[in-house]
Amino acid sequence: MSASKPTYILKLYINGNTSSSKKALMTLKTILEESFNGIYALKVIDVKESPQLAEEDKIMATPTLSKVLPPPVRKIIGDLSDREKVLIGLDLLYDEISEGMHDQGTQ
Amino acid sequence: MNSSSSSSDPKARTRLKGVQKIRTMIEGFDDISHGGLPVGRSTLVSGTSGTGKTLLAVQFLYHGITYFDEPGIFVTFEESPEDIVTNAYSFGWDLKSLIKSGKLFILDACPDPEGQEVVGSFDLSALIERIQYAIRKYSAKRISIDSVTAVFQQYDAAEVVRREIFRLVARLKQVGVTTLMTTERVDEYGPVARFGVEEFVSDNVVIVRNALEGERRRRTVEILKLRGTTHMKGEYPFTITDSGVSIFPLGAMRLTQRSSNVRVSSGVKTLDEMCGGGFFRDSIILATGATGTGKTLLVSNFLANACENDERAILFAYEESRSQLARNASSWGIDFEALEREGLLKIICAYPESAGLEDHLQIIKSKIAEFRPSRIAIDSLSALDRGVSNNAFRQFVIGVTGFAKQEEITGFFTNTTEQFMGSHSITDSHISTITDTILMLQYVEVRGEMSRAINVFKMRGSWHDKAIREYIINEDGPQIQESFRNLEGIISGSARRIPSNERNQLSRIVNAVRSDDD
Repeated sequence: MSASKPTYILKLYINGNTSSSKKALMTLKTILEESFNGIYALKVIDVKESPQLAEEDKIMATPTLSKVLPPPVRKIIGDLSDREKVLIGLDLLYDEISEGMHDQGTQ
Repeated sequence: MNSSSSSSDPKARTRLKGVQKIRTMIEGFDDISHGGLPVGRSTLVSGTSGTGKTLLAVQFLYHGITYFDEPGIFVTFEESPEDIVTNAYSFGWDLKSLIKSGKLFILDACPDPEGQEVVGSFDLSALIERIQYAIRKYSAKRISIDSVTAVFQQYDAAEVVRREIFRLVARLKQVGVTTLMTTERVDEYGPVARFGVEEFVSDNVVIVRNALEGERRRRTVEILKLRGTTHMKGEYPFTITDSGVSIFPLGAMRLTQRSSNVRVSSGVKTLDEMCGGGFFRDSIILATGATGTGKTLLVSNFLANACENDERAILFAYEESRSQLARNASSWGIDFEALEREGLLKIICAYPESAGLEDHLQIIKSKIAEFRPSRIAIDSLSALDRGVSNNAFRQFVIGVTGFAKQEEITGFFTNTTEQFMGSHSITDSHISTITDTILMLQYVEVRGEMSRAINVFKMRGSWHDKAIREYIINEDGPQIQESFRNLEGIISGSARRIPSNERNQLSRIVNAVRSDDD
């Protein structure tokens, strides 16, 4: 089972302690804890402290959630207030459903 | 010494604290803006699509680096950095080497081709921080942002973008860089910019236009406002050449040209005598007359005379081809081809319709700068008048004459009038006041024959012959004869013999006085 578990690398660009940035970080953590059962690495980048990283990834907006792995690279902009849209954006919803069906099949 | 003198003049000191300007070195722009863009502020350049906004933005940075060694940042929201570099090559600007040497940085803010999902509220802090980081890293003094409109198109949330652009402008002001921002507008004569951008970057607004005027495109630039400082008002024509944007600040040309008392020969001895010894060296001569009255002949003699004196001359011909001109000149004993081979004469033939008037002006200017002639001739000016608005034509003539005077070049222009016979209003063509000397050529009917007449209609600053003289063209060129004595009404085209009887004359005068009394 553990071999098939998806491995995610995520980057979240935030802007200090603004409310939307805090909200995005909290929402993302909740999603990852509740709806995701794979391995993930989350890197939180504050654009005020490291603008050169934002430059490297050509980030414009904050907060921006960037899924680096698995491909394709996807970017979600905003405070992630719509949980379902985030799941679709990260290709997690599909995994969730297929995993659920898989579980059903084994029973 | 300097400091004490400046402190003694409080007015000069307060002026120093006012808005300072940064020179753009874009031809003509510093004239119409009275010195360039306001330092440390944002200037909005707005125009419809294809007006040359991006070029202006690139040129602003390029000149800053090459003339003043001031690093610049180009923020692009539309074109890819590669495209910008490639397009700049066509103006001979090597941006790649400037990027390598750390003088220029192109900040890529183009939309992500992969697209992006928007979930909830956001801001553009990352972009603002990136720009500020680049400014610090490269110690940039000049920023171009191209274009703000594209930011609105990247994100649906116009409210958010508006707020963020406002924040960006405030940040740039705080950092103290001079910014040029482009925006797109829909109509040539409508709202300043789309999405109401001008409302928050309203300190300085420049509008570029590419208007359709009589089937021809005409580019103009207008400074709408520069807050807290002066600038020239109204639209000024500009053109895009292989060295970028050139603006023609026609009103900005100061009437301070030195005036010379040196005379140059017209190439026709009698005509020189009629002008009191020849044309002034830095004057503009206009020969006006119907077709076939001998204008091109006068032009040929004028140019050939320059070459005889080992001076260079350029002929800009808009009516005849090179071989036609050469053939006609040879029939009067002037060998244009030989003069061209000697490198004393340059003939440039072009169809008036081949380019816009501003382009013709630019061509004339660059040819003069290249060949450094002491005389130029345009044959004919009126050919360029076809299908152009009066104002545009007048601006063109002012541009040419102003440039010629500045370079102390004698200019000989011809004007073909529409009427064959009789008086024609030379003031109609809007150019008579710009020229210093006017030669009037016309047909006169004398005893059932067509004769040509020449008259020095006006000559500034000099005595000139007032007589209307007969003018014959033969294989030796123009022959100016004695005046048409005993004839009157020549200007009207049909000459009458003046009655020689003295009694008749006296009675006419008496009759005239009587009728006045009535």
